[in-house]
Amino acid sequence: MVTTTLTGPRLLTPGPLDLAAERGRGTYEPPACRDVIAELAAAGLRGRGGAGFPAHVKWRAVADAPGPRVVVANGEEGEPSSHKDRWLLTNRPHLVLDGLLLAARTVGADRAVVYLSHAETVTAVRAAIAEMPPLDGPVPEVHVVEPTYVAGEETAVCRSIGGGPALPLARPPRVCDSGVDGRPTLVSNVETLAHAAWISRNGAAAYRENGTEDSPGTTLVTLTGACADPGVYEVPFGLTVAELFAHAGGFIGEPAGFVMGGWFGGLLGPSHTGTTCTYEAVRAAGSGLGCGAITALPAGTDPLAVAADITAWYARESARQCGVCAKGTAAIRDVFAALKDGTATDKDRGNLQRWGETLPGRGACAFLDGAAGWARTVRAEFPTSFERDLGREET
Amino acid sequence: MKVFVDATKCSGYGTCAEIAPDLFQLDDWGYASVIGDGVPADPDAARRAAAQCPESAITIED
Repeated sequence: MVTTTLTGPRLLTPGPLDLAAERGRGTYEPPACRDVIAELAAAGLRGRGGAGFPAHVKWRAVADAPGPRVVVANGEEGEPSSHKDRWLLTNRPHLVLDGLLLAARTVGADRAVVYLSHAETVTAVRAAIAEMPPLDGPVPEVHVVEPTYVAGEETAVCRSIGGGPALPLARPPRVCDSGVDGRPTLVSNVETLAHAAWISRNGAAAYRENGTEDSPGTTLVTLTGACADPGVYEVPFGLTVAELFAHAGGFIGEPAGFVMGGWFGGLLGPSHTGTTCTYEAVRAAGSGLGCGAITALPAGTDPLAVAADITAWYARESARQCGVCAKGTAAIRDVFAALKDGTATDKDRGNLQRWGETLPGRGACAFLDGAAGWARTVRAEFPTSFERDLGREET
Repeated sequence: MKVFVDATKCSGYGTCAEIAPDLFQLDDWGYASVIGDGVPADPDAARRAAAQCPESAITIED
């Protein structure tokens, strides 16, 4: 596995770029490649909303579906600990719009929508649309939605833009077949679109100068918690967790663990400072890189207290559309609360273990999978905490 | 043939698991999901389960 260092950020800038500065960097210039989807495939670009799905597969599916088609730049950023999409939308809105229009032209869409929920992003994107040059393709629209975790899920995105509630739907159908108003729809995270625009002009080979074979390129990350300078950084894939946090001024003290992938990747233990940040390596560790948000827990933090807090959030934030999600997130919350308080029974522990293994994939969207991930990772990574007060019988 | 349970519609009647216990399982709270890849060994039982679901939560792709 070859990892190269970042020679110069591709997306990150010291501050906002206005239209003239963006044009100076080539933004809104046509692609230098003949076949954009083939270039994305060669680059190995993966979606940055959290799922890490290969971008070219999504683009190809929509391009091959019968029109009319829709493209959506998803900037809803519902992950509580992630800030990188907001950074991108407020500092480089033109690059996101450039990527959105590239997608519209490439898949043959006659409608392009920027899907947002944070006021500062709405202001920045509207201002950018007002000053952008006339280009081939649809004029981008802005669709604003109340911020919730599930509002950024792609079926919820399409439903909301179509005039419905921002709530997920069961699949099939997939949005690439039937999305906004039943039309084939490409829903792409805003960072993915920014990388796609960069790749279209600089090429797949240049993209691969950073990162690893399986996780090529650079990525925006949001680093928070026990570090000197929390914030949004651009890093090549393949650095260790400790090397990532060196970008953020290094750890403050010895971290007690890491909340991974926003709140979606569960909790990894303190030994993971050396874990490589690629999609594959973090998955092999039982977690997920997700949207690239990692929180270092301060020394001395009780992992069960963190799990109790975050799974309580899951239970509150469930859209309560799926019975299994409403019940499952509440049950996971209750057991973590009991574990934290020292009142959990052995049966509770057994249930939690089983839910961690059986609940993923059971809801219409992946929200329940995130809560189940906490059940799985806390048990695997913090066995001493998980088993403290072991032997309590049900009363 | 492939069978799907719409988790947003399932209300936990359990009718499907009674009709086709090899195809549907119920969780701790009684909600249904398909077992394995959802390809039924007994297509007739799958169709009966879909037809008799009180919430019309089961879809079948032929």
